[in-house]
Amino acid sequence: MLAVENAHVTFPVAQTKKWPWSPPGIVRAVNGISFELAAGKTLGVVGESGCGKSTLIRAVAGLTPLEAGNVTLDGQPVDYHDRASMQRLRATMQMIFQDPIASLNPRMTIREIVTEPLTFFKPEMTPAGRQDAALAMLDRVGIPQAQANRFPHEFSGGQCQRIGIARALVAGPKVLLCDEPVSALDVSIQAQVVNLLKELQREMGLAIVFVAHDLGVVRHISDDVLVMYMGAPMERAPAPELVRAPRHPYAQALLSAVPVPDPSVRITPQMLEGDLPSPMDLPPGCLFESRCPKAMPKCRDARPPMIGQGQHQAACLLLQDALAEASMPAE
Amino acid sequence: MLSVRNLHIRFRTGDGMVHAVNDVSFDVGASQHIALVGESGSGKSQIALAIMGLLAKNAEVDGEILWNGQDLLAASQRDMNRVRAREIGIIFQDPMSSLNPYMTIERQLTEIVEHHQGMSRRDARARALEVMDAVRIPDAKARLRAYPHEFSGGMRQRIVIAMALMCRPELILADEPTTALDVTVQAQIMQLLADVQQDFGTSVVLITHDLGVVAGFCEEVLVLYGGRIMEEAVTTKLFDKPAHPYTRGLLRAVPNIEDPSDALTAIPGSPPSQHRFPQACPFAPRCVDAVDTCHDTLPALQKGRACLRPVEELT
Repeated sequence: MLAVENAHVTFPVAQTKKWPWSPPGIVRAVNGISFELAAGKTLGVVGESGCGKSTLIRAVAGLTPLEAGNVTLDGQPVDYHDRASMQRLRATMQMIFQDPIASLNPRMTIREIVTEPLTFFKPEMTPAGRQDAALAMLDRVGIPQAQANRFPHEFSGGQCQRIGIARALVAGPKVLLCDEPVSALDVSIQAQVVNLLKELQREMGLAIVFVAHDLGVVRHISDDVLVMYMGAPMERAPAPELVRAPRHPYAQALLSAVPVPDPSVRITPQMLEGDLPSPMDLPPGCLFESRCPKAMPKCRDARPPMIGQGQHQAACLLLQDALAEASMPAE
Repeated sequence: MLSVRNLHIRFRTGDGMVHAVNDVSFDVGASQHIALVGESGSGKSQIALAIMGLLAKNAEVDGEILWNGQDLLAASQRDMNRVRAREIGIIFQDPMSSLNPYMTIERQLTEIVEHHQGMSRRDARARALEVMDAVRIPDAKARLRAYPHEFSGGMRQRIVIAMALMCRPELILADEPTTALDVTVQAQIMQLLADVQQDFGTSVVLITHDLGVVAGFCEEVLVLYGGRIMEEAVTTKLFDKPAHPYTRGLLRAVPNIEDPSDALTAIPGSPPSQHRFPQACPFAPRCVDAVDTCHDTLPALQKGRACLRPVEELT
């Protein structure tokens, strides 16, 4: 359904300029991310703040220019500079955002908010048909039709996120990009929204990219999980497998730090020492090398590729060695 | 040490009264860790602000906050200034907004002890170095000259903890200290708070919405909802045998990474309005176990739980 190949995103930063006419510095936010996503499946993207996970999906949605890389949607390559291609992209792919209240126009009623996508994407519908579709969608996400003429500020955060979901899904997209959709919500409300997303996914056969920093939530909603660090892929695996046996040292450290709501379980978080490399001057080797407890001198030479068997892939030289050893006796 | 008795906090607002905290009582003993757990709007942060005497001007407070026998609600500004920082420290959620961007870290740390304890600049500097080491900021000597923006989020939170430790307080109120941080950094900060208790014997009141953090850190937990205590229990018991429907719902709603099941059990409905003083159980409209009496009777906190239904009958 959605395939992203070797995506790169860079931002120019003016602050580091020595003179007004010197070239701007370049922050490399996303460095070579590839993934494929089938209809009805969910890909979770996790990583620490600043690792480029939001930038990645904003670039896929066309909200930030891609520096390099190809995006294929529904079998057709996306051209971000072509109007017709972008129209098709927006009709097929929609996004929900982290701050539920800020992402709704405060001067529109929620009926108008949810009807608007239909005016763009379904011009063949009659105005009355659009109204009905919008109301039905609001009803589906749990907002009573009687409240459709209210404004966003009259709703709570959880309800606003439901309205955001209704707006994204009303025109029947096939791909939904979620940028930290539940991190601003309370635990009890968070579970409601996660469950709603899963139900709608089943009903509409949506492909979902779910970006979040909460590994617990990602574990519950995702089929596959992609772990990012400094904009580069570290590990990609089916969610249960990643939780059970992470292979990349970074994924291991990340998972060891997740608090478990059970006092009988003692977690022993792996402490990461060392500094992050500057995103303006990335080392040629593994990006995690400076903080990796298992770093070797050869890690600095070249960026390790994603390798592994089947669905479980990681970018680590240790894994390369382990795989080489495993294949030795067979020869 | 700290004893909060029948605390009520109300705010006069343009829309009428908002009842933020209703009849909350609890005790904190020496070198004890307790947690106040609740969702947004449960009044947990307002309790911390009331203890520090930092409530907004439109607040009305009833009840008693006894600190080593002295009622902080009746204390003069002068007495409060003695208690603040010197005896009770506070750590806020957002480390950037609790640091002054125009001052070096050194000045922000030394200012506290110079002001509160009349320490000389030189002694204050030595103390600052000591606490910077205690919160594990590498190369403390050079970093003292830096400004807050030169630090990462986790480092800033360490500095805020260092500030709270400068006067060696007996109690630290930690208001969502790790909410703004990544899990790896969160684990480090929680470890640091545990070490602080070991080294200095400091008591900590941890205010959080994250039951995962509570499980690894606190001995006792108070669960708040709609400004009232719903359940009060030793941590192991609370997680093992939660006795209140809200606690049960909350525990089921937390996504547990160890748990292989797919569905999360959500609590239906949304948080209560706080414009009226609760006449009935505030959780009743969302409670799966609610019976008719739940909607018109206010349950008292008995044996650590505020619920009309017997534990055995809960689902």
